[in-house]
Amino acid sequence: MPGKLKVKIVAGRHLPVMDRASDLTDAFVEVKFGNTTFKTDVYPKSLNPQWNSEWFKFEVDDEELQDEPLQITVLDHDTYSANDAIGKVYIDIDPLLYSEAATVISGWFPIYDTIHGIRGEINVVVKVDLFNDLNRFRQSSCGVKFFCTTSIPKCYRAVIIHGFVEELVVNEDPEYQWIDRIRTPRASNEARQRLISLMSGELQRKIGLKVLEMRGNAVVGYLQCFDLEGESGLVVRAIGTACTLDKLSNTSAFLPACNSPSKEMKESPLVHPPSHGCRSTHNSPIHTATGSRLTQNFSVSVPTLIYTGMGSGSAGKEGGPFKTLLRQQTQSALEQREFPFFTLTTFPPGFLVHVGGVVSARSVKLLDRIHNPDEPETRDAWWAEIRQEIKSHAKALGCHAVVGYSESTSICEEVCILSASGTAAVLNPRFLQDGTMEGCLEQRIEEASPPGCGFCHIPYDELNMPFPAHLTYCYNCRKQKVPDVLFTTIDLPVEAIVVGKGCLIQARLCRLKKKAQAEANATSISNLLPFMEYEVHTQLMNKLKLRGMNALFGLRIQITVGENMLMGLASATGVYLAALPTPGGIQIAGKTPNDGTYEQHISHMQKKINDTIAKNKELYEINPPELPEEIIGSPIPEPRQRSRLLRSQSESSDEVTELDLSHGKKDAFVLEIDDTDAMEDVHSLLTDVPPPSGFYSCNTEIMPGINNWTPEIQMFTAVRVSRLSNINPTNQTLNKNFNDLCENLLKSLYFKLRSMVPCCLCHVNFTVALPEDELVQIAVTAVAITYDKNQALQASKAPTEKSQQRASTDNEEQLQFPLELCSDPLSSQPFSPAKEVLEGASSHTGIPAAQRDRCNSWIELIKLKAQTIRRGSIKTTTSLEKASPLAEGYLRHRSVPSCTNSTVSVVKMTPLSFLPGAKITKYLGIINMFFIRETTSLREEGGVSGFLHAFIAEVFAMVRAHVAALGGNAVVSYIMKQCVFMENPNKNQAQCLINVSGDAVIFVRESELEMLPVQPSTAAPQPTSSAGDVTT
Amino acid sequence: MWGHLGTPGTRARPAAGMSSDLDVFVGNTTLIDEEVYRLWLDGHSVAEAVARRLRGGVLEREGTSVAVLQSDTRDHYRTFQMLERLLHAPPRLLQQLLFQIPPERQALLVQRYYAFDEALARELLGKKLSKGTKKELDEFDNFKRVFKAVEELRGPLAENIQQLFLLPPSLARDYAAIVFFANSRFETGKRRLQFLSFADFAACAQSMMGHWSQGALAPEAAEPDGDLPKSFLQDLKELKVLVTDKDLLDQHKSLVCSALRGKISVYNELEANFKALSRALVNVGGKLTHARDVRDFFVDLVEKVIEPCRSDKWSPGDLRLFLTQYTAAPRNLPGFRHQALWERYMAAITACLLRMYHD
Repeated sequence: MPGKLKVKIVAGRHLPVMDRASDLTDAFVEVKFGNTTFKTDVYPKSLNPQWNSEWFKFEVDDEELQDEPLQITVLDHDTYSANDAIGKVYIDIDPLLYSEAATVISGWFPIYDTIHGIRGEINVVVKVDLFNDLNRFRQSSCGVKFFCTTSIPKCYRAVIIHGFVEELVVNEDPEYQWIDRIRTPRASNEARQRLISLMSGELQRKIGLKVLEMRGNAVVGYLQCFDLEGESGLVVRAIGTACTLDKLSNTSAFLPACNSPSKEMKESPLVHPPSHGCRSTHNSPIHTATGSRLTQNFSVSVPTLIYTGMGSGSAGKEGGPFKTLLRQQTQSALEQREFPFFTLTTFPPGFLVHVGGVVSARSVKLLDRIHNPDEPETRDAWWAEIRQEIKSHAKALGCHAVVGYSESTSICEEVCILSASGTAAVLNPRFLQDGTMEGCLEQRIEEASPPGCGFCHIPYDELNMPFPAHLTYCYNCRKQKVPDVLFTTIDLPVEAIVVGKGCLIQARLCRLKKKAQAEANATSISNLLPFMEYEVHTQLMNKLKLRGMNALFGLRIQITVGENMLMGLASATGVYLAALPTPGGIQIAGKTPNDGTYEQHISHMQKKINDTIAKNKELYEINPPELPEEIIGSPIPEPRQRSRLLRSQSESSDEVTELDLSHGKKDAFVLEIDDTDAMEDVHSLLTDVPPPSGFYSCNTEIMPGINNWTPEIQMFTAVRVSRLSNINPTNQTLNKNFNDLCENLLKSLYFKLRSMVPCCLCHVNFTVALPEDELVQIAVTAVAITYDKNQALQASKAPTEKSQQRASTDNEEQLQFPLELCSDPLSSQPFSPAKEVLEGASSHTGIPAAQRDRCNSWIELIKLKAQTIRRGSIKTTTSLEKASPLAEGYLRHRSVPSCTNSTVSVVKMTPLSFLPGAKITKYLGIINMFFIRETTSLREEGGVSGFLHAFIAEVFAMVRAHVAALGGNAVVSYIMKQCVFMENPNKNQAQCLINVSGDAVIFVRESELEMLPVQPSTAAPQPTSSAGDVTT
Repeated sequence: MWGHLGTPGTRARPAAGMSSDLDVFVGNTTLIDEEVYRLWLDGHSVAEAVARRLRGGVLEREGTSVAVLQSDTRDHYRTFQMLERLLHAPPRLLQQLLFQIPPERQALLVQRYYAFDEALARELLGKKLSKGTKKELDEFDNFKRVFKAVEELRGPLAENIQQLFLLPPSLARDYAAIVFFANSRFETGKRRLQFLSFADFAACAQSMMGHWSQGALAPEAAEPDGDLPKSFLQDLKELKVLVTDKDLLDQHKSLVCSALRGKISVYNELEANFKALSRALVNVGGKLTHARDVRDFFVDLVEKVIEPCRSDKWSPGDLRLFLTQYTAAPRNLPGFRHQALWERYMAAITACLLRMYHD
């Protein structure tokens, strides 16, 4: 009996009328935890009952505490017949199980019914007394903190970042257990909600155990997902990054919080003092060239690498003994881990040394009934396989680790596509475990590459590159090699030097597929995948060049499978990295030189493309500083040719045949310009309308080039389901429809949010689903943040020599960092956590029963593609065109803190890990909620839109209520992980499942913080709004 | 599984390219577009609202498309429809958890929702609100809702309305006037009353409730403020002595005339009409006990006081001076014991007349 859960039911309000005769309700409440149930008295004839119950006490195991949700059911007492349920509240008590989070849950919760939605509210107080010492717990992992945030949470410092943790649990889906009987919607939905809640709890507890085994105390970047596999079952899986976190004891010791996360970064103690510094483990000039566009493609779909011998070992061969030693140490630190993966997307300064490029892997599986829920080996093995592939891709890029790692699935009937992706990277081993290599190396490493560009320097061997790429000397430090384009899945590093602003770039693609069953279906899907990857990649590359940019961050490629088509949607944030060369333009060349009108048409198109590039450069303020060519001094001859080529490109496009520089194989990007399809492709490049004036958008946490945020934010979810034209659909018409759908949705968002201008849509997250034939569902969640335009204007007018800017902070500020906080950055515990994990995980054996098929290599793909060459080509060239110096200087100004007379119980929600103009003072626990809503009166509820609109609003309301009850005033890193919508208009029915998560926090406005006296180190500042009365 | 219960049927759908079946936008803070709210309140359909927004030039201003405008309008309309239930009981809007709306926006929603067209209100004044005669009008529904909510309540009507519906004070007073007129069923529709606006009647109602209602004397009054207290109306009969007793009437006249001599421009007309005016002023009150006569209150005031004065070219100042003296004089009448009642009665009558005395 290691814990006592205490629950008090205070009151209800706005209950529905349950007795039509009296227009009143005789309500009572059942409080259930595990197998124990308590009841309150019936409060007769009231819609606002005051139960004011005693404390109901549950004496339970801590394991149970972690797994079980507290279930509160409000009922209407009926003397003559069965009591009618009004609705339920599920409360996850996990936040009460660790000391630094919430101590009490108290407040008004919406009473939720899966058929009727929210029906009134109930006031509940919940407390937990933990009796025992945590050490005694074997099966529980009470005390391990969970964060959805994919960076080190603001009021903590990372002592050690241990690495990847994963777990999955499977079960029968209760929805299918009614199949031969009559399905009672409410019972089925509630059984599902309860089961998923239980499974989530169990999963979290198991992950927690793994973390404890690794001697960590927290999971950061925790991502939990459900796979509704239909009749084969229900899978709940989660990944995260185990860390040892230290609470920063004195929050008020810091400077008042900042507008951008970057400034928070400097508060992090993770920057080691220079004496410890090995900022870069790889400073050898040999570790050059990083992922060009091909990096991405290369790794995506190649099961058998051509350059398998590459990777860490070979890369060191020219680095001299010192570098080899360093490399080996890093390697050993990581190779102890089964999977050196990190779900983080933002890192402590110095953590990320080099970035190789995007690595991803997909596999197509046939689902099979899960026979024994206690042994989820099959699914485990599937994921292990994919992860292994990712690991080997990373190795091929000369990287030991994968950062910004994520996993996803797409299921249609019995076919499932498993996807994983991340960014191959070289990390500083300092953070990964105790510093074995300290001392002997650090002095010499100090000469390491400058932080503003170091991550761009290639980690692989220039002379033995895993793929054809074009390398130049870094445009920033001019010492090391960089690729011409860089794709990553992570956020823009804080220290990165960027030019101008960033923008959201999307590649969209549809591919028709024959309807087929089982293996035939899986095969046809696997055959299509490489083409899709390739085309998505080509689109991204072209759109990036069209914007005059050279790097993508936050890249997320989603492939969705439907019955008769596959859809691909890639989103990323394009930026111009100062370290990388200026991207070349896009060239179209025709191959029927004698046809005059055709030539004219081609040159017209070319002009349009050139104009677009010029316009975009202006729009995104991309004016890189001039670099004298001698300084670059590249040993690679191409740049000069390219520059010559570019100068003449607008006049003639014939001569470029020799210089297709975009890919190693020059035929790779050939498009059939005379055929309408190819023409469409070129046109579609130009259809992306830039956001209206005053708007910017990105899918990363911070918008490169904007940092004067105001506290005004608006988080939103938009969902659209559209029917694609069904008369003889072709890939082209589908593409166009899909493209229009996305563009119109974005337009709609800009219009809706026009009152927030000047504003930036951050963390724009699109998810695509194909619920049935020709129906496409797109869900977008993002946050709009208003920025201070006046300051921006002011700064841009001011003459300044600085033409380049840091992503959001600058060097001086970084140096103000309070070093005393990291006096002991190294853990002294000698242990090797990774080994334990390895042993633990090594049990995953056995060959998957399902058919498995993977993508072909990109080289095969290009060969295929090249066979279809006829005429015309799109070429990508690099330009050294002289650009005028950037007019706009670096913007240091902070926004004026707006006066906040915040009202009671306002709860902010944001997909970002921070709130502009505010400081997060406490993390209260993870919010992970799953709801089902169903209706049998769809028309009466306003049709599909009315139904879903109400449901999403209800989900928001329930999230806010839980956060407020925890004592919080915001949820950060909010994400809607799933939104499964099904309708049957003939039966007037619809059903929707939504899964959301985030971190409940208390924040204090920067303006208020400045007025506060210095707080005692123990007391966290109170929330600005006290939500719900805390009764004791 | 849910999806298994019914195979997706073949729905009749527009074959055109791509139709958006489902299209929603939900913000953590509920977006309220004032223009669309007004269009919704005015009862326009989505199509009409879109057409009006187009005419407003939003397309050119924002460089967007008709489809975007339609989608936006539908979103707002759905939001308003969901909010309407809460707007019927505004305090619930403040407590509900479903929509996060900043307080000033909540106030705006309520205020606009309960705002009404004075021309319409003027037309409905004094008519029965319990009957659903004008179903199509939301404003009429609001009148009925407010009427029903405060019908049985004790205490000052306007304050009750303000508390129950969170309306700004002036709007609450207007609603109080509507409820008051509906209760008392005063006739306002006669031709000779057409020159009076809603605001005139509302001001009169306010004066009458302020001076005559139970609440005006004792806050814990037994009767709702919307009804004039029966005992008071009964007492008014006592005042008839001022016109039925010839001596009192003559003395009253001479007191008033001597006080006003040389002070008003219409002295001669006053002297000639005093008795008729006084009879009218006293009898209006005396008739208030009979429901049928109550109806004629304003008709009588206009026909017997305002019109004669107007034809004699009294200025508003003349009327004010006269009414002041007329009210004060009985204090000096020997044997008149109802001065307090008289002053209470005349305070409202004076306020009404002065408000109504215009073209």
